[in-house]
Amino acid sequence: MLTYTFRRLLISIPTLLFIAFVIFMLLELAPGDPMANMPLTIPPEVKEKMRLALGLGEPWFIRFPLWLKQFFIVEPQYWIDSAFGTNFAEGAQRIISFQSRSPVFDTIAQRLPQTLWVVGMSYVVGVIIALPIGIISAYRQYSVFDQAGTFISMIGFSVPPFFSGVLLIVIFSVQLGWLPSIYDTTLVVNDWASFKLQLMQMVMPVMVLALQTTAQVSRYMRASMLDNLGQDYVRTARAKGMKESVVVMRHVLRNSMIPVITVIALGIPSIFGGAIITEQIFKVNGLGQLLIIALQGSDIPMVMTLTFLFAILIVMFNLIADVLYGVFDPRIRYD
Amino acid sequence: MLDDTAKPLVQVRDLQMHFPIYSGLLRRQTGAVKAVDGVTFDVIEGETLGLVGESGCGKSTCGRAILRLYDITGGTISINGTEIGAMSQGDLRPLRPAMQMVFQDPQASLNPRMTVEAIIREPLDEHTKLSTDEKEAKVGELMDAVGLNRRFAKRYPHAFSGGQRQRIGIARALALNPKFIVCDEPIAALDVSIQAQVVNLLEDLQEKFGLTYLFISHDLSMVRHIATRVAVMYLGKVVELAPREALYADPLHPYTKALLSAVPEPDPSLAQTRERIILQGDVPSPANPPTGCNFCTRCPAVMDVCSKIEPTYQEVQPGRFVACHHYETTGTADATAGQA
Repeated sequence: MLTYTFRRLLISIPTLLFIAFVIFMLLELAPGDPMANMPLTIPPEVKEKMRLALGLGEPWFIRFPLWLKQFFIVEPQYWIDSAFGTNFAEGAQRIISFQSRSPVFDTIAQRLPQTLWVVGMSYVVGVIIALPIGIISAYRQYSVFDQAGTFISMIGFSVPPFFSGVLLIVIFSVQLGWLPSIYDTTLVVNDWASFKLQLMQMVMPVMVLALQTTAQVSRYMRASMLDNLGQDYVRTARAKGMKESVVVMRHVLRNSMIPVITVIALGIPSIFGGAIITEQIFKVNGLGQLLIIALQGSDIPMVMTLTFLFAILIVMFNLIADVLYGVFDPRIRYD
Repeated sequence: MLDDTAKPLVQVRDLQMHFPIYSGLLRRQTGAVKAVDGVTFDVIEGETLGLVGESGCGKSTCGRAILRLYDITGGTISINGTEIGAMSQGDLRPLRPAMQMVFQDPQASLNPRMTVEAIIREPLDEHTKLSTDEKEAKVGELMDAVGLNRRFAKRYPHAFSGGQRQRIGIARALALNPKFIVCDEPIAALDVSIQAQVVNLLEDLQEKFGLTYLFISHDLSMVRHIATRVAVMYLGKVVELAPREALYADPLHPYTKALLSAVPEPDPSLAQTRERIILQGDVPSPANPPTGCNFCTRCPAVMDVCSKIEPTYQEVQPGRFVACHHYETTGTADATAGQA
């Protein structure tokens, strides 16, 4: 298993380099000008100089290796320096955002906690709701509960967050006035009252996103349970005289979890990607919102770095899902 | 054959297992597949009752229904004097150790994510209060009893061959010292050389532990080898039940006769002289069985009464039961006898 993991990690290096190249070239070929948002009063020759100052004067085959060097060498050096007080970086050029002129990674570090709290929590909540729904739906197939679960998943799949989010705001913020419609990032949680406020501002974005996760995961759980409930070994377990709870939880559920765990693991990178639309609606200034603003401003280093980080996460969680498969299913051995 | 001391361990009376068919917009029940429709027989302690019939005649369903792996539609089942036909699954659980099943598909019937040891030990965890060491010793004994190497205890089912897997299934069934074991085509998924091994193992275990078998199979030669008595099923009903020798020598029901004529004869000279009865048509759907005798659509000795009145299943000779109008009128299963 260790050899396998190591081999997969090695293979992922060229994969990621290729992904980086594709993203870079896509951004290179895309229309858009970082100077487009500058005031029109700036003369064209000044604009041209500003462009050169941003490094846009060089051709792509110089800028791409430069970005790679900054991403893989300079930024880790700064990270080590700030952690251990060393001086490896020696003032080398970091990846700088075109818009804010501050290092891209500093901005990401500021935005990450909000996204992890809101989107990560919604994922956890969604999975926690989805698993029992899936299990019971499968065990009582075609029952009222199953039909209701199917209906809710259908809503989760088909109603986009820009509708459900706004609907929740209209109901709970505008009509009832119970919950704030804007997520306040500056809120410091240091006592019960502020904790309550934090909960209240998190409820709506979390539930909007959790509905989507629940819809997906509960369907997978149900299908996987149904697959296994019909298997002969379940009949064997019943014939052994095992308790129904043991039959369902130990035999069926444990075998059904294998594909579901993979789906859950593969969904985790999307947490870091943030939920672009939902973050916009509730004004959560997380990574999703950062990406959108960077795209609008043609902030190439920011978009490039964020997208590439997502790519790394996706490749890594693919690997994790595969390894988990091997851990949970004795029929799969990688070595 | 049946002396008076032989007492029935299992008594099945008018067992019915119907699976509802739902159709239409509102999923209303529009019919039922009558997989088992009024089966009556006894299994005597210590014997092997063979249950034969062609595919889809309800043999496996019958075996599972007797162990109450289904909630039966009607009839009574009594095992060792306890009536279990109407019992709830919860009440039934403590009785499960006495009645076990060996399943047809040795691959699918073992949980792929449990080791052999865990599979055999699980019933002990559930139904006994043995210590961990005692359980381990018992698992070892069982593996010895079915001829599996103890060193394989930590392996998973996929690492075994079909015959070995079936041995695991048998060891699992034996774990709780059952009295009655339903063997649901235990050899159908195995190749012939392994079939003999498994059947001999079953016979040895029967002798050693005093087991009673209901042996479900479509392999008539194998049933002839292992069974004490044989019941023949057709379309959800038992058409004939008789001691082995009598049944193979002198079948009373036309269906049994046709079935036996399909057994290949190894001697080529004898094979040429043999009369082969080939039934025409297909088995009718168990969702819509014919009126009267179920076999009337294909019977070579069909009479007018057959399609009107259902024949009664009755004891016609000591220990021999048959349900056939033709036999009642002519006293033989010979198709030509009635026409003469």
